[in-house]
Parts: sequence; C-alpha cells; structure tokens
Amino acid sequence: MVPLDHVIGLSAILFTIGTIGVVTRRNVIVILMSIELMLNAVNLAFVGFNRMSASAGGQVDGHIFVLMVITVAAAEVAVGLGIVISMFRNRDSINVEDVSLLKW
Amino acid sequence: MEIPAILFYFFAALAVISALAVVLNVRNTVAAALNLVVTMVSLAVIYVLMEAHLVAAIQIMVYGGAIVVLFLFVVMLLNLRTDTFPPGRQRLMKLVAVPLGLLVLAQLLRASGGLPEAPPVPQGFGGYRQLGIALFTDYVLLAEMASLLLTAAMVGALILAKRKID
Repeated sequence: MVPLDHVIGLSAILFTIGTIGVVTRRNVIVILMSIELMLNAVNLAFVGFNRMSASAGGQVDGHIFVLMVITVAAAEVAVGLGIVISMFRNRDSINVEDVSLLKW
Repeated sequence: MEIPAILFYFFAALAVISALAVVLNVRNTVAAALNLVVTMVSLAVIYVLMEAHLVAAIQIMVYGGAIVVLFLFVVMLLNLRTDTFPPGRQRLMKLVAVPLGLLVLAQLLRASGGLPEAPPVPQGFGGYRQLGIALFTDYVLLAEMASLLLTAAMVGALILAKRKID
C-alpha cells in the first residue's frame, strides 16, 4: 500500500502548480483551468485523509465532500465561462489585464 | 514494490507532468485543455487505488467529460488559436511567483509528514451503495443544496452568456 504521506504530498504539489498558474498566466481560460487543478488537489487530500481515517464501519464523509466540491467546480466553470464569453464580446480579448476596472 | 504502488507512482508522475503542461503551455489553449484531461484521468486512477470507486467514476464523468468539454467548447467558440500576449510585467510576476509557490509547497509538504498507516477497509467501501446511503440520510440537506446551487449556476450562466443584458 502507498504511504499516505506521498498522497498528501502529491496533493500539495498539484495545489502549488495550480497556484503558480493562477498567479502567472493572463489567459482567463487557463486561470480557470488552474483553479480546477487546485480543486482537484483538495479532492485528492480529502480522499487520502478519508482512506486514513476509515474505521471498521467505513465512514465516507470525505467522499461526500469530494462530490460537493465537484458540484461546486462544475457550477463555477459554467458561470466562469459565461463571464469569459461576455468579456470576449465586450472587450474582444481574454487577457485579464484588459478587464482591470475593479483593480485597485 | 507491489503493483498498486507502481501504479500510484506512475500516475502521480503523469498527473504532475500534465498539470505542469497545463500551466506552462503558453502557446496553445486547446493543448492545455487536453493536458487537463490527462491530469483528471490520472487522479481518477489514484482514487481507485484509494478505494474511492464511485468518486473515481464521477471524476471521469464530470471532470474528464463535462468540464473539459465545456472548456474546449469555449476555446473553439472564441477561436483562440494562440494566446501570445505582448510582454508586460510577466518577468517580474514569474520571479515573484516561483519562490512564493516553492514556499507554499515546502509548507504543505512539511505539514504532510508522519501520517499513520492506512487501515484495511470493509467490503464495499466507497461504492455506490455506501455513498448513496450516506448522501440521502446524513447529508440529505447537502444534496438538496447542491441541486439549488446547480440551478442558480445554470440560470446565471444563461443570463451572462446572453447577447444583450436588458
């Protein structure tokens, strides 16, 4: 069996890759993909910790949370891509630096 | 080394490589979306190794199917062949982002050490029966909230993507 340290370590690596993507990229669609990577890293941590704490009864609370995170991710992508389409229509660009109206 | 460990390390490496390809691919957004599929499917394999069978199936259906198809649909709808933007503060951003990311990684890895060994799990752990029972007894309110959230997201996406906001 795989040690759980390595599962959580993989989750940490994926989360970091997603963070770097969100901070460095300027294409809105790639930023949304990086957010998906971060959500997936969190899902992996949920599944790993649930595997670790599975008692004789076999609790699956972590799996339920993963299903909820997947639901939220699907909703987020639907709304986010709607915003991207609307932004492309109005500004003719998907560069985040072209929509800096709310930037301080 | 036994078979599950080999599978885990193989698919973990595949997930990390394709995640890097998503983030570092600055030329082609379609290739980034296809690399995202590879990451999602690798993670689904790791979920199976972690005895989370239903979660793995839903991961492939929702992420590998619906979400990535939505991404590809939008990329092709907007006809984005390249995303080469004029150079701006990109260099400074990268100089700051990489050490920051490595710092986050070091902290997360430090916190993940010394976990106990995984216990054996009962028959049918993580299957549709056990998750269904948990989802519609203890977590029934959560399931209802998910349906409400999806309805709200559907209405929101429709209104946002409309041609004119009246």
